[in-house]
Amino acid sequence: MAVEVRRTAEGLELGLAGDWGAQQLTTLSDELRSLELAGAQRVLIDTAGLTRLDLSDAWELREFVKRMRATGAEVSFRGPPPDQLRLIDETLKDTGGAPRLPPEESAGSAGEARAVTVAVGRYTVRAWSDVLQWLAFFGRACATFVASLPSARRLRPISITRHIYDTGITAMPIVALISFLISVVVAYLSAQQLRGLGVDIYVVDLVTIGVLRELGVLLTSIIVAGRSGSAFAAEIGSMELNEEVDALTATAVDPFEVLVVPRVLGLVIALPLLTIVADLVGLTGGALLCRYLLDMPLTQYVNRVNESIASTTFWVGLWKAPVFALLIALAGCYHGMRVRSSARELGHQVTLAVVQAIFLVILADAFFAVLFWKLDL
Amino acid sequence: MLYPVLEVSGLVNHFGEQVVHDGLDMRVEQGDVFAIVGGSGAGKTVLLRTILGLQRPAAGSVRIFGSDVTRMSEAQLRPIKERYGVAFQSGALYSGLTVLQNVQLPMVEHWNLDAGALEGLALLKIRLVGLDADAGPKYPAELSGGMVKRVAIARALALDPPLLFLDEPTSGLDPVSAAAFDDLVLYLHQHLQLTIVMITHDLDSIFRTCNRVGVIVDRRMESDTVQGIVNHPNPWIQAYFHGERARAREAGAAHGA
Repeated sequence: MAVEVRRTAEGLELGLAGDWGAQQLTTLSDELRSLELAGAQRVLIDTAGLTRLDLSDAWELREFVKRMRATGAEVSFRGPPPDQLRLIDETLKDTGGAPRLPPEESAGSAGEARAVTVAVGRYTVRAWSDVLQWLAFFGRACATFVASLPSARRLRPISITRHIYDTGITAMPIVALISFLISVVVAYLSAQQLRGLGVDIYVVDLVTIGVLRELGVLLTSIIVAGRSGSAFAAEIGSMELNEEVDALTATAVDPFEVLVVPRVLGLVIALPLLTIVADLVGLTGGALLCRYLLDMPLTQYVNRVNESIASTTFWVGLWKAPVFALLIALAGCYHGMRVRSSARELGHQVTLAVVQAIFLVILADAFFAVLFWKLDL
Repeated sequence: MLYPVLEVSGLVNHFGEQVVHDGLDMRVEQGDVFAIVGGSGAGKTVLLRTILGLQRPAAGSVRIFGSDVTRMSEAQLRPIKERYGVAFQSGALYSGLTVLQNVQLPMVEHWNLDAGALEGLALLKIRLVGLDADAGPKYPAELSGGMVKRVAIARALALDPPLLFLDEPTSGLDPVSAAAFDDLVLYLHQHLQLTIVMITHDLDSIFRTCNRVGVIVDRRMESDTVQGIVNHPNPWIQAYFHGERARAREAGAAHGA
């Protein structure tokens, strides 16, 4: 593969030789671009020495000829030009050279303010229609649930059981581990502060109330949102991509009944159970820390736990779990069903599902905090 | 050329107890248009996946351009993979990329060219498979089935490979589109000096485009010229080429002539 440049009386002669395969395209392209041909009036191209000319290399050669002609040089071939050039000419015949892709939308400096306004407007409209669609989805899920209530078969107990297993049982180790670690951290931090005041017995109150009311259920929900919310969105989303959801609809099977309701019910059952696990392990973690860091006998810890909690403390935490579960499952299913046509869309919707689930959980938690305070619980 | 473009010898593939291939031999010479035929579940796709290195065979060798690809590392395979293109059955277009970007992707990964050259080359390939340039900015989800298959071929041809694999190129197309697709395959075969290996069920395609046929029967391959295979004594091959549907086709051909 070589380009040989000879200067003759009439101008320049380029001798092309060897294998011009697609593998050599990059080198070849550089070589053709770097040729010093400035001012040449006539260029003669000799392709007799070519042993191979792949289509892409021929295209580069054709572009080179076009560039030379644009500078006013006269380009000709010794003998007939290679067949590949003719094939390319033939192929690109009706496109008028290189057709342009539609230009990107560009805003002039005058249109800048307008463009910002348009962007804000679009975003607002989209956000509003998102809210409406969320509500419509929630409504349809509820309606489907109510409609399938009378019949055990349509409630799909087997499917629900599977989802309880997938989202609940298999999540127990990670939920327990994180709950344990967080309660140890809380106990440790508060012990450091309260010991200076000589009231380290209140460490127990902090851990107990913190874990039972807030941390247990909130952490569990966030883990489950990351674990199962994403799984719901990915499962349903790839079914959408594969037209499986359309297949269900086409056979008169309601995808909400088969896909959404069992997942929601499964998670609504599983999350409270996980919360109980998190509470138990959290209290155990607090107990261990108090025993070994504060030298508090276990009986004293248990007594203090009994004193510190009101009858409602445990239930206040637990009641939040099904609501959080509902939000997580709905966010996952909703975004799964919104996947259209591409793998990138799938990733985008799974991300949205998790982010939205966590956001909604924390928002609902804030709401509950105010509500319980007003109710004096 | 001293060696065949593709040579499979003594190939054995099994999934657990189930033996798919047992001593399968196959040979494709330069310039062939070779059809791989077989009943559903006969292992056509497994054969193609083995040839492409997507799965390793239990025994036997697959030589592409003379090198045994079953014993090569990914790095060693790279220059060989540059020399063949694959169009998968459902297209396998990257759904997040436009048609133009799909065709450009192999070029971007293997060549170091500026954006203008990449766009020009990709457009050339898109035109080459008979699509209009305005298909370029579309996403795969916006394409018809026939267009998806054409884009898949354009992408397979991105690096100017001398060898092209097609998995059921005409499946799912209406007879008119399928015939147009056969024309495309013939056109590419003639003008780009391609060697083509295709899995197909389409008798019209076989008679129109192929010069050699390999039939997978009883976990081995019987291969011959089209005329030779039609007269093969194996009962399954007889049923395939002379069954009800084949006769209807022959009758139609006679009628048309």
